[in-house]
This record gives sequence, C-alpha cells and structure tokens, in this order.
Amino acid sequence: MSASASEPSLSAPIGTGVSDRLSKKASRHVKERIIEALLFSAAAFSVFVTVAIVYVLVKESWIFFQTVPITDFLFDTQWTPLFDDAHYGIMVLLSGTLTSSGVALLVAIPLGTIIALYLSEFAGFKVREIAKPFLELLGGVPTIVYGYFALTFLTPILQKVYPDLPGFNLLSAGLVMGIMIIPYVASLSEDAMRAVPMALREGSYAMGATRLQTALWVVTPAATSGIASAYILGISRAVGETMILAVAAGMQPNLTFNPTEPGATITSNIVQVALGDLPHGSIGYQTIFAAGLTLLLMTLAFNLLGYWLRKRFREVY
Amino acid sequence: MMQAADLAAIRAIITRAKRWDMFFSLLGILSLMVGVLTFTVLFVDMAIQGVPRLSMDFFTSFPSRRAENAGILSAWVGTVLVMLVTALSAVPLGVAAGVYLEEYAPKNWMTDIIEINISNLAGIPSIVYGLLALGLFVYYFGFGQSILSAGLTLALLILPVIIVATRESIRAIPRSIHEGSYACGATTWQTVSDHILPYSSAGILTGVIIGMARAIGETAPIITIGALTFIAFLPTAPFAGDPPAGLFDWIFAPFTVMPIQMFNWTSRPEAAFTVNAAAAGFVLVFMTLAMNGLAIYVRYRLRKNIKW
Repeated sequence: MSASASEPSLSAPIGTGVSDRLSKKASRHVKERIIEALLFSAAAFSVFVTVAIVYVLVKESWIFFQTVPITDFLFDTQWTPLFDDAHYGIMVLLSGTLTSSGVALLVAIPLGTIIALYLSEFAGFKVREIAKPFLELLGGVPTIVYGYFALTFLTPILQKVYPDLPGFNLLSAGLVMGIMIIPYVASLSEDAMRAVPMALREGSYAMGATRLQTALWVVTPAATSGIASAYILGISRAVGETMILAVAAGMQPNLTFNPTEPGATITSNIVQVALGDLPHGSIGYQTIFAAGLTLLLMTLAFNLLGYWLRKRFREVY
Repeated sequence: MMQAADLAAIRAIITRAKRWDMFFSLLGILSLMVGVLTFTVLFVDMAIQGVPRLSMDFFTSFPSRRAENAGILSAWVGTVLVMLVTALSAVPLGVAAGVYLEEYAPKNWMTDIIEINISNLAGIPSIVYGLLALGLFVYYFGFGQSILSAGLTLALLILPVIIVATRESIRAIPRSIHEGSYACGATTWQTVSDHILPYSSAGILTGVIIGMARAIGETAPIITIGALTFIAFLPTAPFAGDPPAGLFDWIFAPFTVMPIQMFNWTSRPEAAFTVNAAAAGFVLVFMTLAMNGLAIYVRYRLRKNIKW
C-alpha cells in the first residue's frame, strides 16, 4: 500500500465516514432481516400444507356428511356410492385395507427385523456397505412396477399352488407390498440397534453370551422404542399404499378378511373413483374426500402412537 | 476341581450356542436374499418381457389402440415437464426451509411446531396429497388437470425429503466453520451463502435426486388429480402454434406421465398391452435406478473426499 492510497480517507471529514459505515450496517441489517423472513416463510409453508390438507378434506367431507349420516358411513356393510341404491359403508373398504396390510406386515416385520439384527450384529462392514444401498434401491422401485409384478408374475405362481385363486386377490398384492416395506422396517430398526452403546454389548460378551444371545436379550430390548416406531412406519406405509392394490387386488369393494379374495382398499377406491370422470361437487366426488379423511385419521393415529412409544420406552444412556 | 463331566456339559452348551449363532446368520442372509431375489426376478422378468419391445419407435410414438403401434412419447415428455415444475418449486422451498431450521430458528414453540409438522408430513400417504391437489390446485386455484397441478403436487410430496436432506448435510459441517465465519464479522446470511450452502451442496444434491426418483414413480396422486390416461399430442412448445403460445403455456396443458401410461397398459386384458406395460416399466425402473445409483455415488464420493 502506498501512502497516497490512504490519503483520501484521512482527509475526508470523519463524520460522514462514520455515518456512511453506520448506514451501510443498517442496510445490511435490513437485508438480513428480509432474508430471515423469507427463509422463515419457506419453513412455515410446511405448516400451511398440513392446514390445507385438513381444510380440504374436512370441507368436502362436511358436505358429504350432510347427505350421509355418519352412522351409515361407519356401520353400513355395503359400499356402492355410484349405484342408484347408494350405500356408503367405509367398513367394506377398511376390511380390504386391514387384510392387505396384515398380509404385508406378516412378511415385512419378521424379515425386516431379522435383516436389521443381522446387519447390525452379525454382518461384517463389507456386507453392510453393499446391503444398505441395495435395500434403498428396493425401496425406490416405483409401486406401480411392484403392482405389475404382483399381477403378472406372483399371482400366476400362487395360482399353481391354489388353483382356485382369482386373478385379482389381496394375497399377492399384500405379499409384494410386504417386500416393498421391508427396507423401511429394516433400515429404521437397524439405526435403532446401532444406536445402542457398545458398552452394553461388551458387558454381555464379557459374561460369555454369544452374538445371538446379545442381539436378542441385550440389543433388542435396549432398542425397543426405535424398533417399535419402525414397525409403525411400516404399518402406515401399508395402509397408505395405493398402486399395488389398485393393479393386483382388483377394485371391487368386498367386505372380507380372506386374503384369497379380490377386494378394494380405501386407497384403491379413491383411484378408481378418480379414474372415472366424476363431476366436481357430486356426492361421488365427495366420497373420496371422506375416504381420504378416514385414511388421514388412521395414519395420524399411527404417527401419534409412534411418537408416544418413542417417548415412553426411550432408553437414555 | 472341575469334573470332566462338567467340562463336557459346558462344551456341549457352547457348541449348541454356536450352532444357534450360525443358524441365525444363515437366516439373516436368507432374509436378505428374499429381498435381493425378488428385485432380481422383478427386473429380469420385466426385461425379458419388455426389452424386445424397446425401439426408437416406442419412444417416438403416441399411445395407440393397436398395441404394436403404441409408444411412450407423450408419457416421457409429460414426465420430464412435470419433473421440471417439481424441481423448480420443491428445491428452493425445501433448501430454504432446511437452512432456516438449522441456522436461524430460535428454540421456541413455533420451531417445534414446524419440526413436528415436517416429520408428520413425511408420513402422510401420497394419495392424500392427491386429494389436497384436487381440491386446492385443480378446483380452488383453477389450474385444472395440468402439468402445473401435477408438478406442484409432487413438489409438496418430496418437500420433507429435501428439507431433511438439507438439514442433515448442514449438521455434518463442523461448528468451527460457522464460528470462523462469524469471527470475521460475517452476517448469518453471508455465512450461509458463502460457507454453509457450498459445503452442504453435495449432500443436498443427494437428497434432491432421491426425492426426484421417488416423484418420477408416483402414480396415485397424479391419477387423483385426474390426469388423462390417453394423450396423443404434446404440450405446445414455447412461442409455437397459432396463435403463438407464450413461454409458459405448456404448464397448463393436459398431460400423462410414465407410471400412468404403464398403469393404463397394465389394466388392459390383452397380452400385447402387457408387453407394452413391461417395456414402459423397464424404462421407469431403469430411470429410478439410475437416479438412486447416482445419489449413492454422490454420497460415496462425498464421504471419501471431505475430511474436516
């Protein structure tokens, strides 16, 4: 730096220099505030989404329940909203949802838990490094592709075992849905197991326990809350799954708990109604919002249950 | 003194316990194999059925009543345009929300509500987003059954994924980077834009790719907003047509996307359409796999290169 470069600032009146800098600081402050407000509105937007979901579903369902008494909705045993003799018994769709989810969970929970235990307690570093991304890929396959697989590959195979099985059935859809859910259950359970402190395992090994004994009697109890919330995530995935059921289970409303029958779920019924071009504001249009509200309440209940389990059974080390 | 009989008994217990260990290891590998095998069978089956159908014509033809002439032109163009809308709306919004929650948010009830809300949004079934979009975008805002409605719907759907990815990659940056920046007199925004965002960009990119891969395969919400399943025309290009279209006229065009085209072909009874469905499914799975693979690769490179 030459001396001449610093000349102007020395010769300038001190007062203007300071107020210049102060005003620059003030404008900088304002700019910061504006940016913070913008970022805050982006974060608050997510709350707006929730409010909008609840508002839209409740508003349309409200109109629906003006025509259809809520007791009919809950206790009627038929679902025929588009017939002349219209019945609106959500039980029919609920039975399909529960049956297919039950089949899916019978696959996903045992397999997911075993995979999680294996990856966290038995597998070497190499196996885990390969298996985890692979499980992620399994979870990333579009569900419509799983639906196609259930309909064109699994159902024909199952029909060789049970010749009476219809082409559309809840069993094949449920089984494939179970495979789809395995990654969610496995990776969340594994995270919970890996979070168990090493000292607990070392204590167990020091007492002469084997890996399996440690895994089952030390790690699993310590990770219960995490494993439970993994199961709950699995359940809410199963309840909300749509395309596998729409493709492979048929879309016939059917009050049954027998997985070898075709059936419609809450979700696949929404798809079916949306495919047929319903006029905006008709009762058929409103049924899908009432069905959607039921679905939202169910998943909300599961989310709350998961939250409560995490709080209630959390082990703090 | 330990008796020989006791020793033998202890050895027997150890052998038995070890056998159980082996047994469970095998069970674990077997369970993993169920997943691996299903995926392999699914992919190979679809490839055998669908790949012979893949030709240049398949990508450049519109859907048709005759299975052998049908193609996925309108479907893949629709998918690309919808993804464009999704990315342009979800990425800025999600990254901004993530940055706010990590760098600005005070510890108070408002922040708590936003955080609980985001994890709750991630658990809502995708079809419920479809109903929201049907009520809000299609009818209330009057966007109709357009590319814009579909893109915004999918943007809402992947918003939690992007927010969580942004927060995680920001959290991975050491505190000392923040402190160094503040010590030099930088404001919060200067710290964010000059340090936090550049260093977390690879992690955010991973999350964006995974979110987009999920959005590409989403079918249910787009069916719910009433996307058509048979589209034999393309949205008008900017400044084309008569009268000339504006730059953004295409966003209000009706459309179809890859998974809906596949659904349409799957639900037809004729075998020839099933083959088309397999071919479309193969393209779809290939796209999502490529995107997921890219995400895994970016993350792997990231873990390898950055040593704080």
